[in-house]
Amino acid sequence: MDLLGFTIILVKVLVVFAATMLGVLVMIYAERRVSAFMQDRVGPNRVGPKGVLQPIADGIKFLMKEDLVPEKVDKPIFILAPAILLIPALMTFAVIPFGSSINLFGREIALQVADVNVGVLYILALTSISVYGIVLAGWSSNNKYSLLGGLRSSAQLISYELAMGLAVVSIILLAGSLRLNDIITDQQGSFFSWNIFRQPLAFLIFLIAVYAETNRLPFDLSEAEQELVGGYHTEYSSMKFAMFFMAEYANMITAAALTVTLFFGGWDVPLLDEGSLGLFGTLLSVLSFLLKMAFFLFLFIWVRWTFPRFRYDQLMRLGWKVMLPLALFNIFLTAGYLTLKALG
Amino acid sequence: MATIVKSYEPTFWDKLYLPALMRGLIVTFRHFFRKNVTIQYPDQKHIPPEGYRGLHRLNKYPEGRIKCVACEMCSAACPADCIHIIPGPSPWDGGKERYPVRFDIDLLRCIFCGFCEMACPEEAIELTEIYDFSDYTRDDLVIDKEGLLEVYDLTKDQNYYTKKNLSKASSVNTSIDT
Repeated sequence: MDLLGFTIILVKVLVVFAATMLGVLVMIYAERRVSAFMQDRVGPNRVGPKGVLQPIADGIKFLMKEDLVPEKVDKPIFILAPAILLIPALMTFAVIPFGSSINLFGREIALQVADVNVGVLYILALTSISVYGIVLAGWSSNNKYSLLGGLRSSAQLISYELAMGLAVVSIILLAGSLRLNDIITDQQGSFFSWNIFRQPLAFLIFLIAVYAETNRLPFDLSEAEQELVGGYHTEYSSMKFAMFFMAEYANMITAAALTVTLFFGGWDVPLLDEGSLGLFGTLLSVLSFLLKMAFFLFLFIWVRWTFPRFRYDQLMRLGWKVMLPLALFNIFLTAGYLTLKALG
Repeated sequence: MATIVKSYEPTFWDKLYLPALMRGLIVTFRHFFRKNVTIQYPDQKHIPPEGYRGLHRLNKYPEGRIKCVACEMCSAACPADCIHIIPGPSPWDGGKERYPVRFDIDLLRCIFCGFCEMACPEEAIELTEIYDFSDYTRDDLVIDKEGLLEVYDLTKDQNYYTKKNLSKASSVNTSIDT
């Protein structure tokens, strides 16, 4: 690889990393503020104008706190677990295209860190790894609440990852490719070529599964403050605790980006050919991607402050008895439709 | 009379749960734009309703003479036994011969029942709307006669919490200098 190509990739990696971390900060602020508004409160409004510097103040607080490692924990795993959770959370964004291509230095640069031809699979694989972080954190803490949180998380993951994967399969069937760029190209055109209109059932299943996948309410059984103290991160403090938090928000950002890519045409601006507008078109596509993502991130918060948590058996029932059959049914429909179409 | 209680049978629409979820989302979304109810306390102060029973005061006549005649009706009525009066002959001429030499109220014992103002024949002791008079020591929370008269000056216009110079008014001196 030549030097320019290497530099371009390095810049892209840095930009995506910085953007994700910035997104995490924004999400921490937004979560507190939005939740306050939804409860007719004010929320943090003292640090900086309208409280926008609150996440930085929080970060400083976390750094200054004593990093406590309890005596009876499994030390190596205890220290490793937050990293196992955070690293995949930050890595997943690498394959998501966040804009159409851009022409710089005489070459076409795709706005995507890595154009992996099994992008969907890569994301599913990495999000599954991040659950190991939760399970290991729960197990190594040597605390019954943490262990229960980790157990719940693994059970939840198995039951929801299946439905989520199957929902994605119908999208893959339509696009005929696992590459995220191909899935976006497949959705280009008018509004109604977006997958949400072609696969509404898959979208619903995927959306619900995504909430379970990111351990957000109404599926945050692994944390469940009211019953499990803090769940898997009960024993964690200082920056290790902050890493769990960052991972949660990074996961949300990736999940929102993935939802947009799979069901809302990614960076696609409806009824517009971005390629013909040059740089402006590229900017427009990035903006469109960010706006769609912002909506789904807002939805994450919105849902959190609206719905109560599921009970464990309800969660399992929904996963195995409702979502899995529905997802299979949806694949059946999609496959049948495609077969009929192929036959003429 | 017997009533027939129909048990709730969810329809197919109900079992989908999605319409109900949407309604829930709409409720929280409406609240998102609603005016918040927070009072930003040290900056904004809650104005108590009329008749609120807060910090005590000792009333004065327009010429500045204390209304209290040290009859000790209030300390007799006080269920918490927090009013301590030392009476003495009044230094002023005409009419009332007694006046309180000392008039101490232990605000930590006081239950703010308002019996003292009901018992008072001279309408001398009254409860005001002041609610924020915290302090650091127990001794500082025993208010003496001078303090009570000062509270009268602060609250006689009924605008303690609406006044512009809140910062000055917000510090009631309840301590006795000994």
